[in-house]
Amino acid sequence: MSRRASWQEYQKDIAADKYYYARSCIRQNFFPGSEKAFLDILSNDLGIDIYDDPLHTSCTGIGYHSDVVPLETIMTVVARQFSLMAEAGYENFISSCITSFGIYNEVLATWEEFPETEERTRKYLKEATGRELVKPRSIAHTSDIMFHHRHAIARKAKRRLVNVMTGEPLKVVEHIGCHYAKIFPKSGIGGSEFPYVLAGMIEAWGGDVVDYPERRHCCGFGFRNYLVQANRGSSIANSHKKLESMAPYRPDFIVANCPGCTMFLDKWQYAIAEMDGTTYGANGKGIPVLTYEEMAGLVLGYDPWELGMQFHQVDVEPLLDKLGVQYDPQAKYLGAGGKYIGKPAPVAVNCESERRLYEIRR
Amino acid sequence: MGRYFDMLTEDVRLKEGLKACMNCGVCTAVCPAAEFYNYDPRQIVAIVQTRDDDAIEELLRSETIWYCGECMSCRPRCPRGNTPGYVIQALRKLSQQLGLFVESEKGCQQLALKRLIGDNILSTGYCLTPRNILPEMHPEQGAVWEWIYENHEDVYGRFSDSYGTEGAGALRKMDKESMAEIHRIFEVSGGKEFYDIIEQHSDRKARQMGYDGATHEYMMATYTQNSENHY
Repeated sequence: MSRRASWQEYQKDIAADKYYYARSCIRQNFFPGSEKAFLDILSNDLGIDIYDDPLHTSCTGIGYHSDVVPLETIMTVVARQFSLMAEAGYENFISSCITSFGIYNEVLATWEEFPETEERTRKYLKEATGRELVKPRSIAHTSDIMFHHRHAIARKAKRRLVNVMTGEPLKVVEHIGCHYAKIFPKSGIGGSEFPYVLAGMIEAWGGDVVDYPERRHCCGFGFRNYLVQANRGSSIANSHKKLESMAPYRPDFIVANCPGCTMFLDKWQYAIAEMDGTTYGANGKGIPVLTYEEMAGLVLGYDPWELGMQFHQVDVEPLLDKLGVQYDPQAKYLGAGGKYIGKPAPVAVNCESERRLYEIRR
Repeated sequence: MGRYFDMLTEDVRLKEGLKACMNCGVCTAVCPAAEFYNYDPRQIVAIVQTRDDDAIEELLRSETIWYCGECMSCRPRCPRGNTPGYVIQALRKLSQQLGLFVESEKGCQQLALKRLIGDNILSTGYCLTPRNILPEMHPEQGAVWEWIYENHEDVYGRFSDSYGTEGAGALRKMDKESMAEIHRIFEVSGGKEFYDIIEQHSDRKARQMGYDGATHEYMMATYTQNSENHY
């Protein structure tokens, strides 16, 4: 077997229907349109049963990986989420967040490896909430679900990931997010070496996946390395490393698996352009960074502003033009009910920049 | 000999994360933090493995255990199945339990993380919410975030019928019973006690440094100041 095909050893059972949906702290702040699109695509386009529970809380994973929330506490919070799922009549737990997905897998594995921790969690949960722990039949990340249904989405596609001006497939950088498969490789499609979850969507919808040296490098979030202002040099340095590595391959866009990665690869492009004028996309602008729901939504013909693509700091219009998407530029920054609420100030990453890294190095 | 090591092994992450390290250095080779900081996870694991109390205490007081970003890139690479990132998590837990985290600049930042993320969980049910991502504390978020922040009700209202109110949807307000359950979970599982430990030791440190306790001014100093001695 070739190394390229070895991802096929890392398969997982993904339930086809009846999902309990757990939202993401970061995603609902920065990409609320993506969570809405996920629910709309599954419910309206694919006719799938998915439950959006108003009772679940954060998994507290950002607090856990900032080392302020103890393991025993997050285990009990996770146990409550699972109990809510069972009480709602579901057994397939899906998470909209990579950090959370890693947490759910870590908690289940810890209970398996150290049964005394499960017993202690059951006791804490009962004492704190009166609830009984019921473990899920399956755990999946929401991108796993989108991957599972990628051919059904392709059959309903209004467009493919193809440049309408050249007829060529779009070149897509995919970023998986460390906690998708580095902690538990068997929990991710393709494992940690050849994660296929986003690449499978890109291929099914007509794009070309870009392979580049720093493809598996961390986006740089690093929890405390971003959350504390004094540490942010570490975060931007990692995104910088990835952007420099991918730029010579001239990607048309980046699609990211993880809420944090999507935001950082977008926002650090803005910061780098403001700091030294460097941009990484075509014509001196940034590389658009999409969520997989936005990518799916565009394929299915959703309006980009209804997908929430105005939340991005790097403008997505150059990509929309390549895809042949009809959009109303005036509607981009309207609020609820079409109310005009002004628009963001112009920034360097969306203008013709003086320096273009990949051209300097050519 | 071995007192601190025994305390570390009470944490299942240490048991899972460290069997027998052969010091090959693959973890350091792939570590994003090691590329940026003067940081070497291989060395940390080697020190813990010695079980030497003095050496481990030095780690618990050090800057170095706070450089890791917990990306866990080390975990799938280790040929012996160790996870240096888990070892770091156990060291950080013990450093805070013993109050030694305040002996390092990076360790002191735990107060900011406790207040900015930890307290937000207990007040909203989320790790972060739009109203606590202040543009002046997040200049890197850019002009679009400023626009979202200033127009949050109109912007989020386009995507959620429940923004700031109870019911299903993005950024819904958590119902009272769910919040009460989260508070009780933090009480019975040791989460609140751990928050208190971070506050108490930070207060002690702040007073040593001439602050009037762990004030907002002290917290902001831990959040913003960088001695540039970490590279």
